[in-house]
Amino acid sequence: MRASAELVDRVFRRESGRATASLIRVLGDFDLAEDAVQEAFLVAMQVWPERGLPDNAGAWITTTARNKAIDRLRRERRGTEKLEELSALEPPPPEPDDLELEEAAVIPDDRLRLIFTCCHPALAPEARVALTLRSLGGLSTPEIARAFLVSETTMAQRLVRAKRKIKAANIPYEVPAGHELPDRLDSVLASLYLIFNEGYSATSDAALVRRELCGEAIRLAGTLARLMPDEPEALGLLALLLLQDSRREARVGAGGDLVLLEDQDRSLWDRREIETGLRVLDRGMRLGATGPYLLQAAIAGEHARASNPEDTDWRRIASLYELLLHASPSPVVELNRAVAVAMAEGPQRGLELLDEGELADELAGYQWFWSARADLLRRAGRYVEAAGDYRRAVELAKNPAERRFLEGRLEEVG
Amino acid sequence: MKYALTIYGDESGREGASDEEMQAVSAAYAALTREMQEKGVLVAGEGLYPTPTATTVRVRDGDRTVTDGPFAETKEQLGGFYVLDCRDLDEAIDWAAKIPGAQSGSVEIRPVMVFDEAGNLVEEATA
Repeated sequence: MRASAELVDRVFRRESGRATASLIRVLGDFDLAEDAVQEAFLVAMQVWPERGLPDNAGAWITTTARNKAIDRLRRERRGTEKLEELSALEPPPPEPDDLELEEAAVIPDDRLRLIFTCCHPALAPEARVALTLRSLGGLSTPEIARAFLVSETTMAQRLVRAKRKIKAANIPYEVPAGHELPDRLDSVLASLYLIFNEGYSATSDAALVRRELCGEAIRLAGTLARLMPDEPEALGLLALLLLQDSRREARVGAGGDLVLLEDQDRSLWDRREIETGLRVLDRGMRLGATGPYLLQAAIAGEHARASNPEDTDWRRIASLYELLLHASPSPVVELNRAVAVAMAEGPQRGLELLDEGELADELAGYQWFWSARADLLRRAGRYVEAAGDYRRAVELAKNPAERRFLEGRLEEVG
Repeated sequence: MKYALTIYGDESGREGASDEEMQAVSAAYAALTREMQEKGVLVAGEGLYPTPTATTVRVRDGDRTVTDGPFAETKEQLGGFYVLDCRDLDEAIDWAAKIPGAQSGSVEIRPVMVFDEAGNLVEEATA
């Protein structure tokens, strides 16, 4: 089967992460590993279009990159102590294409080492994201620069500095053990979520690579979940990303206007993504421990299960927010809980929660607090007060689409 | 690989400390230092008297200036240090987290420079 350049690019990118991860382990050097994989890519671009894709692309890339690394070390007469281990580097077994989660991985996967290293807290947050996308995601430096709206030079420097820090401070290429794992995993999950949100917030006229960040984040989260199938939060993040992504087509209306969840055309929701997301969610919930990502996924799952807004189980959502408040307290979570309670028990109860404590002070600058409060006041028939809060929301709106939406609401209450 | 762990804290916060509180802190540091010795990671470690006892020296164009006090006014001031020989950064981080000063202040971890036999600075220090 002849392969187009685009297909070669896509397959190589998807499969090269494992080669990169293993070579970094053996060579002890990000740049050497990336160079070797890059050389393998050039060969693939020459050979795959003619001969067709190899049956096991991952194995092909690992073998080819490994051989390129061996050639280079011999040529430069350095690192000879690594030659033996390099020669012994076995290509990995083929990986299933879909998101089926196998039993816990018996053989430690180098990609797990790679992602924990890339997301080490000793690296700056933007560096973690860049390094993950470059080493594991296989994106090129110009692509990552375009995706995050910075110049190529800036992104290149960011990557150089990150790799230098890893070497200079001797950040170990390991999966963290025991007591360190929860914090270190948080850093990985936060980085992947950041990548997803960057893509989710991209407008329709943004660069393709930027919009594709969602897919990239899901792919990386899928890899993580496959490699840590008994880790509830890894499953939680994957489920959350899938369920959020399923609504992508419905959240923006004609002219780039925001469409709230309750107003979205649910026929535009991606049913297949929802099914996969719910399956992953279910598996995560069965593991017993419920952390913040799993809880957020469960909330998204309740929305996804409702074919119409009226079918939403708001009581269940309210109790999930209750649990989320314990796991990960924050003013925004309190706001969302109040809204859910209002949906389940009526606007008065919701307003009571919103007016509790210092919530209004903490969220004074947050347009969605005022718009939510205004909405509850409107439903309670208190139109004058509602208008006042919508006006505050409009003032705080951050972009034209938001402002248009909030002004529309203000008009409705007269 | 050697790391310097420099310990910073807000001295003004300690001004009202009682004798018992001071002794408790000293005891905690003594216990930690013992543990570092036993685990074979301790290279050096000292507590420093507070910044009112400090003197700063600068030499510019052969002219020597000596001033009273620390090198700069900072929110947190250097109060002590350890030099530890650790396997990697994660081990150094674990030790830093045990330092009493990390509870209320900050501990900065920096790799110590390594030189090869010819006296050249090794760009990337590895274990």
